[in-house]
Amino acid sequence: MNITVTVNGTEHSADVEPRRLLVDFIRYTLKLTGTHIGCDTTSCGVCTVLVDGTPVKSCTMFAVQANGRSITTVEGLKQNGSLAPIQEAFKEHHGLQCGFCTPAMMLVGTALIAENPDPTEDDVRWAISGNLCRCTGYVNIVKSIQAAATATREGASS
Amino acid sequence: MYPAKFDYLAPESLEEALSILSERGNEVKILAGGQSLIPMMKLRFARPSTLMDINRLPGIDGLERSNGDITIGALVRHNDVVKSDVAKANHTVASAAPWVADPIVRNLGTVAGSLAHHDPEGDWASVMLACGAEVALTSSGGERTLPITEFLVDMFATSCRPDEMVTKVRVPAHSSRGGGNYQKLERKVGDYATVGVATSLELGDDGKIASAGIALTSVYAHNLKVGEAEEVLKGEAPDEDLFAEAGRIAAAACDPTSDTRGSAQYKRHIVDVFTQRGLAESLEIAQEGGS
Repeated sequence: MNITVTVNGTEHSADVEPRRLLVDFIRYTLKLTGTHIGCDTTSCGVCTVLVDGTPVKSCTMFAVQANGRSITTVEGLKQNGSLAPIQEAFKEHHGLQCGFCTPAMMLVGTALIAENPDPTEDDVRWAISGNLCRCTGYVNIVKSIQAAATATREGASS
Repeated sequence: MYPAKFDYLAPESLEEALSILSERGNEVKILAGGQSLIPMMKLRFARPSTLMDINRLPGIDGLERSNGDITIGALVRHNDVVKSDVAKANHTVASAAPWVADPIVRNLGTVAGSLAHHDPEGDWASVMLACGAEVALTSSGGERTLPITEFLVDMFATSCRPDEMVTKVRVPAHSSRGGGNYQKLERKVGDYATVGVATSLELGDDGKIASAGIALTSVYAHNLKVGEAEEVLKGEAPDEDLFAEAGRIAAAACDPTSDTRGSAQYKRHIVDVFTQRGLAESLEIAQEGGS
C-alpha cells in the first residue's frame, strides 16, 4: 500500500506492506535510526515517537496507520541546526547514561512540556512512567525535563 | 516480530465500515487503538486475514454527557478519559482511567476496544460491570444495546456479531449521593493488575445504600461481578462491619491463581482489603455530595 507520511517536516512516500511496523518504516525505510527498538512488546517505550504531537509506541502501530499523519522523531528535535532546549538540558544535567532510552525520553519530555509548561517532579515521573531506563538514571532524566521546561518558559518570555 | 500477512482496510465513513462488516465480517478484525491487538498479532495469537482500521471514521470519538449517562464513543482513548471533565461524572470511571496501561499506551488504546477485546485481566470490564454500563453495537441493520453483563461472554469473547462493531459505551453518571472507586495493585506501571477492584455506590435519601456495584479484575477466569456482595449491601446503612462482610464475600467469590504476581492466598487477601477500601472511598465521595 502506498503511504505518505510527513516525518520531521519532510514528506515521504513509500510502498509498504500493511504489516510493516511504524518503527521499522522509520528505521529501515527512512534510515532514521535515532528511534530505537527495545522490547518490541509495547513495554519499554524506547521506540516512542510523536504522531501529530502525541507520544506513541511505534512498535505497536503499523506504518499504514500513519498515512497522512505527521511524525516527529529525535532527529526532528533540533531547531535551526542547534540543539533544542530538551537536548541541551539532557546534555547539561547528564540525563543519559547509555543513551538507549534517551530519544524516547526527550520526545515524551517535549510532549509533556507542550501540554504542561511547568511540570512538577511528580508530573514528569508520571509522564515517563511508560518509558524504561535500564541504567535507572531517572533522577537526572527528571531533572533534565524540568530544566528544559524552565528553559522553554524563559525562551518563550524573552 | 511481525504479524502474519493481512489485508488492510481504512474506511472513511461508518456506512462503509459497516458494509465491509456485513460482507466479510467473519474474516475482519477491527483495529482501534491496537494496543492489545497488535501485540497479539505480533505473537501470532491473533491472525486476522483482514484488519479494518476505524481510526479514520468521523463522529465516533465523542465523550459526552447525555441524560444522566456518560457516552464513550468507540475512538475515545484512555487518556481522553483521564483528561476529561465529563468522565468525572462517574467516579469509578475517573478513578480507573489513570491506572490503565501506561501513559503512552493510554494515548492510543480505547475504552470500547478494551471491552470488545475482553482480555480477562483488563481493567475497564470490571469498571463497567460495577457501574452497570451498556454497550451499543451497530451493524448495517441498525443498532442494539446490550447490558455489559450480556455483552461480555467469557475471556476474549463478547456478544458482538461479526457484522457488528461497538460504537458506544454508556455508563450511568453518579448522582450527588453516589460515589465510586477503582483499586489496582500492579507490580509496575503498564503491567496487568495483580488484583483490581471496582466499586460503585448510590445512597438513598435515608443515607442507606440504594444500589451497589462490585467487580474484580485478574482474580478469576474473567472479570467477576460479585452479585452476592452487592445484594448484601443493598438497603443497609453503610458502616465498616457491612463493608467487611462485602470484602469477605468478594474474597470467597474470586478464584485467583498463584503466579509471578503473587500467591492465590495473597491475592484473595488483597481482594478483601481492596473491596473494603474501595467501598469506604466510594462512601466518602457519596457523603460529600458526589464531588
